[in-house]
Amino acid sequence: MPVFDQQETRKPPISQIGAVLWLKTNLFSSWINSILTFASLYLLYIMIPPLLNWMIFDASFSFGTINFFGFEIKFSEEMATNDNCGRVGACWPYIYEKLYMYTYGFYPRTETWRPNTVFALTGLLFVIVPLVKNYKYKNRVTLSLIILYPLISYVLIAGGFGLLTPVATDQWGGLLLTLIIASVGIIVSFPIGVLLALGRQSNLKVIKLFSTLFIEFIRAVPLITILFMASFVLPLFLESGNYFDKLLRALIGIALFQAAYFAEVVRGGLQAIPRGQYEAADAIGLSYFQKNVLIILPQALKISIPNIVGSSISLFKDTTLVLIIGLFDMLAMVNLTSNDPYWLGRETEGFVFVTMVMWAILYTMSRYSRKLELRFNTENKN
Amino acid sequence: MKKIILDSLGKSQHRGLNFRDMLYNNEARAFFFQIVTFVLVVGLFYTAIGNLFQNIEERGINTGFTFLKNRAGFDILPFLGNYVVDYTPESSNFSVFYVGLINTLVVAFVGIILSTLIGLFIGIARLSNNYLVAKLAGGYIELFRNVPILLQILFWYNLFINLFPHPKQSFAFFDIMFLNQRGLYLPKPIPEDGFLLVALSLLVGIIASYFVKQHYKKKHELTGIHTSTWPFSVALILGLPIIIFLVLGSPLQFDIAVLGKFNLRGGMNVVPEFLALTFALSVYTATYIAEAIRSGIEAVDKGQKEAAAAIGLTPTQSLKLIILPQALRVAIPPTINQYLNLTKNSSLATAIGYPELMSAFGGTVLNQVGQAVEILAMAMLVYLVISLFISLLLNYVNNKMAIQGR
Repeated sequence: MPVFDQQETRKPPISQIGAVLWLKTNLFSSWINSILTFASLYLLYIMIPPLLNWMIFDASFSFGTINFFGFEIKFSEEMATNDNCGRVGACWPYIYEKLYMYTYGFYPRTETWRPNTVFALTGLLFVIVPLVKNYKYKNRVTLSLIILYPLISYVLIAGGFGLLTPVATDQWGGLLLTLIIASVGIIVSFPIGVLLALGRQSNLKVIKLFSTLFIEFIRAVPLITILFMASFVLPLFLESGNYFDKLLRALIGIALFQAAYFAEVVRGGLQAIPRGQYEAADAIGLSYFQKNVLIILPQALKISIPNIVGSSISLFKDTTLVLIIGLFDMLAMVNLTSNDPYWLGRETEGFVFVTMVMWAILYTMSRYSRKLELRFNTENKN
Repeated sequence: MKKIILDSLGKSQHRGLNFRDMLYNNEARAFFFQIVTFVLVVGLFYTAIGNLFQNIEERGINTGFTFLKNRAGFDILPFLGNYVVDYTPESSNFSVFYVGLINTLVVAFVGIILSTLIGLFIGIARLSNNYLVAKLAGGYIELFRNVPILLQILFWYNLFINLFPHPKQSFAFFDIMFLNQRGLYLPKPIPEDGFLLVALSLLVGIIASYFVKQHYKKKHELTGIHTSTWPFSVALILGLPIIIFLVLGSPLQFDIAVLGKFNLRGGMNVVPEFLALTFALSVYTATYIAEAIRSGIEAVDKGQKEAAAAIGLTPTQSLKLIILPQALRVAIPPTINQYLNLTKNSSLATAIGYPELMSAFGGTVLNQVGQAVEILAMAMLVYLVISLFISLLLNYVNNKMAIQGR
């Protein structure tokens, strides 16, 4: 009987395993792909090193003192000036010095704790809401938060009511103003948008006509014309003598604008609800109000949540437009701070800084919306 | 029995009008709500317009459109609109409107072409099986999509102004194109007599090649014999104008910019405002177009390509007849929507002073004349017409591309 020796298995050739295989399949699978790979590498080579040099290696970081949300961080005794920085790389001490302006605008320096508290509360909200999700009083807690949170924030930021020193709206600015416009815009426009969507789907001809006209008109024109309308023409529509705050006018414009877009998003959700749901609700004798609040909207809104977040992202991007009508949001601070005679010619640093902040916020939001989309997309799961 | 049913439906015909019946009658309710809405909306408008007239009178603002005939009295950044209208500060306010409109359309036109090209490129690159290329395209989309467009416009404008050299040290491309702080200098075409004929022949060529194509399409449908028509098209569209151009003795000259003492003279100056605006708009819109194209290509089932190969179509035929028609059906509607968005976003030029509609007319003229209602209404009307036009285009495309049920 022949005896076979168990031979050791040969290893696969080096080109079939590990990094080499990966490189071969992903970067050099054909000669066209190899050319593309080298072209991409060249592209990275001409873009990344100069950018890194400007932002990090040739940049100045350590002059002066930073005031970071009320904490003083001292870098060196040397004062941060434009000359200290030089012109080769970025001058980040300029951003440190203007960080207050970028965050709060002209908000009085002694009252910084108030917006800070609002920032903290907002952060806390993101912790609390998921926690109460499975709690018995979920609805009551959420509802009271929806009412309490804006109220507390408003009192803290605007002051007044004999509690805190009032801060006029023209002193609000920077990231604070950007966040205020975005959140007020979303909160106010959402219910209007839902009503408009229901109006457009309604059987009542007059209501349908007005809703459709409003939505289509707003969607056809750029936001800037609406903002101009709100800031120049809206005061003329009111009885003379009625003074209207500039920020409030901008907010009205933005809310009406966003409502039209929300309406279309919600309409998409409404159209996705099978007719049977409407008919069943009618059959058990629910009124129009009951039918929509109890049966249709909960389903329609759930479907449209990813698009609602998407639309909110657009709104967040659009808040930058208020600088054109003279409000000082974060982007407007770039020009404003670079007009400082001690810091002439530092716009680029400002733009890069604002870009980074905006990108971080918007990227997080878009990731979140994609996550929601995957969670709600229960169909077509292969 | 019948009476009870009628009653419960609220259609009691024999009892006459009754308040209780009316309250529970669907039609009566519908009528009531519509009347209330109508009265509210019309009332709101009535009050607003009434206040408007009162306010206008109190503030001494003029009304009506006579301001359009008045002298404008200010300079506009020289660009295409100025040359077309022949604008001077002595021109009327209406010519400012006209200049703005032309400049808006120019930005929209160039932006749409550029963004489509970039979007097509990035969208296909995103699906490349080359890891690096796909990741770079993905990075491009994530980077430019998540930065507000206004920020991008201001950023590029600032960069162009600061980074590009003084006119003395312009970047030169083969000594015919120059790039510096004051923009891009292109050769300026100067048509001479007879150039119109060349342009006409191009038009004739396009129309003729269309008919040739139709002819062979008919032949293909009748006989099944396929003739490729592209040689005819090339000959007609390119060949014909070139022959006429040469026969007439090149009736087109170019005015090339020359470096003077402080600045470049002559040529066609493309202002940096236009460059920054078009660049930012194209780069931003391209991210959305790229996503539309990617989703279009991904929407075509793999089986379609396999089936096309199975019935013996060549890869080119399969792409042209099977894949593209299905991919485009998904990709084109969102792309057209992005064209509308690009046109609307061009109004952000206000921030950098490129003289388009909202900047020259809605900005400068508004500040001078103060007739906000009329001026903004005119500007909005333009955007409404553009968006209506694009909606019509979209409907046409949707109808044409709709899956035809048999």
